[in-house]
Amino acid sequence: MVLDIIIGGLISGSVYALLAIGFSIIFGAARIVNLAHTAFYMVAAYCIYFAAQKMGIHPIWGMVAAIVLVTLLGVISYKLFINPIREHEGAVLIATIALAMAFQEIMTLIFTGTYLSIPSLIKGYFSILGVKIFYQQLMTFCAALLVMAVLWVLLMKTRLGLAIRSTAQDREVANLMGINESRVAMITMGISVGLAAFTGAIVVPLTVLDPHMWMHPLIMMMAVVVLGGLGSLKGCFIGAYILGFAEALVVFLIPAGAFLKGSVALSIMILVLLMRPEGLFGVTFEEER
Amino acid sequence: MDLIRFYLRKLVTILKNEVLVLPSRVIVVLFFLFVLLLPVFSKDPYLLRIFTLTCIFAIFASSWDLLSGFTGQMNFGHALFFGVGAYCAALINLHAHIPPWGSIPLGALGAVLAGLIIGIPCLRLRGTYLALTTLAFPIILMGIVFALPDLTGGENGISGIERIVRSRVANYYIVAVIMLGLCTVMWKITDSNTGIIFHAIREDEVAVRASGINTTRYKLLAFCLSGFFAGVAGGLYAHFMRIAGPSTLEVSMSFTVVIWCIFGGIVTIYGPVGAVFVLFPLLEFLRFWQEVRMLMFACVVLLILLYMPDGLFPWLRDKIEKECPRCKIRNVATRKTCRICTAPLD
Repeated sequence: MVLDIIIGGLISGSVYALLAIGFSIIFGAARIVNLAHTAFYMVAAYCIYFAAQKMGIHPIWGMVAAIVLVTLLGVISYKLFINPIREHEGAVLIATIALAMAFQEIMTLIFTGTYLSIPSLIKGYFSILGVKIFYQQLMTFCAALLVMAVLWVLLMKTRLGLAIRSTAQDREVANLMGINESRVAMITMGISVGLAAFTGAIVVPLTVLDPHMWMHPLIMMMAVVVLGGLGSLKGCFIGAYILGFAEALVVFLIPAGAFLKGSVALSIMILVLLMRPEGLFGVTFEEER
Repeated sequence: MDLIRFYLRKLVTILKNEVLVLPSRVIVVLFFLFVLLLPVFSKDPYLLRIFTLTCIFAIFASSWDLLSGFTGQMNFGHALFFGVGAYCAALINLHAHIPPWGSIPLGALGAVLAGLIIGIPCLRLRGTYLALTTLAFPIILMGIVFALPDLTGGENGISGIERIVRSRVANYYIVAVIMLGLCTVMWKITDSNTGIIFHAIREDEVAVRASGINTTRYKLLAFCLSGFFAGVAGGLYAHFMRIAGPSTLEVSMSFTVVIWCIFGGIVTIYGPVGAVFVLFPLLEFLRFWQEVRMLMFACVVLLILLYMPDGLFPWLRDKIEKECPRCKIRNVATRKTCRICTAPLD
């Protein structure tokens, strides 16, 4: 029981952390609230399903292809639909929702609305204290941690990361310092969508696919971002595990838990916000008047 | 007799001098006539049903505009008010046996209460934080609805609610008249002093507070007013569909209302109403094309936003009307000089 909760919490926590970090960096660098973020995650999952089940390619290559394709898709849709209206905050929100709905409908058209699944990459499990731990679960968790570490190095140690962080702090000054702000925004969009696609890739053997699978992660991701504080990577990381464990606890301990898991996690978020309106590790962005 | 003639002449004068000079006002009058005369031309039950729902959602969409457009408090969980209105009206009607004319206002009061409850924690938040937090409330309520199936009917919702009236045409007229009335009231609110303060809060809250206005009170007022109108829409919906289900609380419901408003143009009230009257029937008539219906909807929204990021109706209005540079009065785009101060229009 305890171990079940820990495993469930760790896995959903890592998924939310990856999603939230991607969502957070594009919000920081370009002030885009990308509600289509988890739609890219869904598209990636479907790409892998298509590659592995329909074309018979090994799932690993399917994952690589999915990540590349979805990143391209993200950059293209940014260029076509989001970049021209970036100045209008409300319009961007709607454009991203419409984009997510369009993806959902396209996926429904191609794969129909039925539930699909793909087999795990590594079969087998080992057991601790009588609890089965599948190698797939372990792998998902390790891959998530690895990517987060890579991302941290990218953001903190490279020149590109410096550019992204300084754009997030102050767009105009970053522009004056010779950072090509619109290019940074595009690259960040690419990284962010790539992260979403990667999340989809590592999650796909553990869940079932359906065209509405982006809704629940979207809500949890936003809750994580708000809980941790917008624009703070540490906040995203810790907030994601808090909410992931809260979900796992509710599912395992309360009778009608599966219905209440979202409610409890979101109530935690609201309670934290009541005490700290800027989130746990919130960074105050300069007031944009 | 003279009195009637006097009023008639006054009406004609107003029509000639105030309405006919501006195409947007003519369009509003035509819209009123269209809504009121629709059943005269067609009594098709399917058509009437669609337009009744359109009227209900028009109230809902403009109530979002009142809160989020005017006050700038981005509310992404507007379905909460709609759902609370619907569930309250349904429960009151079913258990207390109060007929619709009583249960709908009571349901709306429930939504006002919900507005107060979520308004108080949200007062400290702003911008994106507020948008993402408000998104959480309907989902929390939905979890509670699912967890208490005895009271709320769980997934199936509450059914067996009383109809507003028996006949479809009467139903349509009641909803349409309520819609026109409430939207006019909202328009008047946004035109009043309170509305100007709402608008000022959106532009610069610090400056409003510096001029000695209690912005907290006005923001709460905006939450309550918006909750009331959305609650009325929810109650009407519950009584019209005769079911109050969890679909009224769904995330897609909150998103759809935002899509309608931004598509039609925020900070206008007429924008959302127009947008609902364009998009909702359009979506229904695409029904024979079931598979690509939502895809078309999404594509239409994306394309409109690319070319008119301020929304459809403000864009149209700017095309057919010009503002006088001297006296700020609107004129038909075809005029060379202002109709009031005769300053040349550019």
